[in-house]
Amino acid sequence: MHASSIESDVDPLVTFTGVSKRFPDGTTALDGVDLRVLPGDFVSVVGPSGCGKSTLLRVASGLTPVTGGTLDVQTGKIGYVFQDPTLLPWRTVQRNVELFAELRGLPRDERRRRAAAAIELVGLGEFAGHRPRTLSGGMRMRVSLARSLTLQPELFLFDEPFGALDEIARERLNDELLQLYLTQRFTALFVTHSVTEAVFMSTRVLVMSGRPGRVLGDFAVPFTYPRSPRLRFDQRFARLAGEVSARLRSGG
Amino acid sequence: MSVDTGLSGPDEAVARGAAAATATVAPGGRRRWLATWGPPAAVLVASIAVWYGVSYLLLDPQRRFLVPPPHDVVQVSFLDPLNLKELLDALWLSTRVAFTGLAIAIVLGLVLAVAMSRAKWVERSLYPYAVLTQTIPILAMVPLFGFWFGFGDFSRVLVVVLFCIFPIVANTLFGLQSVDREHHDLFTLHGASRRTRLWKLQLPTALPSIFTGLRISAGLAVIGAIVGDTFFKQGEPGIGILIDRYQSRLQSEQMVGAIILSSLLGIVVFWFFGFLARRVVGGWHESAGGLDI
Repeated sequence: MHASSIESDVDPLVTFTGVSKRFPDGTTALDGVDLRVLPGDFVSVVGPSGCGKSTLLRVASGLTPVTGGTLDVQTGKIGYVFQDPTLLPWRTVQRNVELFAELRGLPRDERRRRAAAAIELVGLGEFAGHRPRTLSGGMRMRVSLARSLTLQPELFLFDEPFGALDEIARERLNDELLQLYLTQRFTALFVTHSVTEAVFMSTRVLVMSGRPGRVLGDFAVPFTYPRSPRLRFDQRFARLAGEVSARLRSGG
Repeated sequence: MSVDTGLSGPDEAVARGAAAATATVAPGGRRRWLATWGPPAAVLVASIAVWYGVSYLLLDPQRRFLVPPPHDVVQVSFLDPLNLKELLDALWLSTRVAFTGLAIAIVLGLVLAVAMSRAKWVERSLYPYAVLTQTIPILAMVPLFGFWFGFGDFSRVLVVVLFCIFPIVANTLFGLQSVDREHHDLFTLHGASRRTRLWKLQLPTALPSIFTGLRISAGLAVIGAIVGDTFFKQGEPGIGILIDRYQSRLQSEQMVGAIILSSLLGIVVFWFFGFLARRVVGGWHESAGGLDI
């Protein structure tokens, strides 16, 4: 369903060429990162904590300027999901999901319609009138996803979105996110510290070194979509996850 | 004010709000009502008993004026129409002064805090002076204000404003500055203007802190109005001047009555802002309300 991303006649959606990011306090978060994300790719980035994975996303979103190299992002329709759902506690689920469309100046009817559709898409229809504090962690994350979906992003940036959830909730959200990936057809750059999650979700897995962050390995994931939860117990899956882990350890 | 409804999950908070509203009629509500109001009522009754004890058992009749028994206080202060009118007129004046000062302090305090949050140089230039209002003895300056501006409403309101503005500035500024970086990032990412950010992100985030400040300031405004009054000693009498006057005339029944009235004013104001806080932010913020009265 998603074309393999090896052929080079497709223009990449995101291109990092020797991108570096050095902060004013002297720490170097990224050091000469080369990265191409083709349209339709689901690229995961794994690396030790503090390796600059989050900076990679901040740079890609335009929130943080680079200090070296060049960066080319071919779309302005970017969704950004953090580990914290970052909902506004005084707004209901419906009003939270409307927020981005509201900030973008969409007319009220349009943003209501889009929000309602996105809430249905993440399966929270009956909770539209609830406030975030009454929802579970997994539900809040679904609200966060729905909020970004209202703008129909072409590029989705995920910064360890399920890192704070328990394993059951995380695996369920993995499945649901893949479902959205197949139906909504966005391109994803997904940062995680879980090798299993990275391999399960992605078309490609990048391994980053410890600070300063560089790309140590680039693994193509051969499994087709839709992916069954059982894939996690497949031998080929285990072998690939093992290779990624080994590369991760070699980079310290 | 957590009320155990036996529900759990998403419906809980919704149910909690409803249960709080109907607590007095729900099954078992009577017992809960008693559990809430019983102990303080018992303390009140005990205090009045101790009061009677001191009046009749501890003091001999010549010195009983030091602690007049409660029924004398009620009789002389509140049941004598002339005295009651004097008290209520004074209370009304002090209330007016307190509320005018508080209203000005709220508007000025919010504007100052927003300005400080938007420009570091404003904060750097003005915040030290906001702190100064906490450190200089404002009441000691009352005679000076009377000297400069007369002993009318203007000086009294000025004292109240200076007395109670700091908690509003400090708490609002703290609230405005405690917005998460990621929330700011989201607003930046979607091209929000500074005005949008202020109204849709910073001010709502700051609301619980703002109410904390309001509650403290409201209490201070009442104290400032009444105590400032006793320092003015001149002009139309507020409740503070009355207390001062009763004291010099050894009218202890009237004095205790005036003190009870001014305490009631403080309690009502404090309770009102707590109620307002629960109404506005109680639905989404855990700490809303804090102290329940």
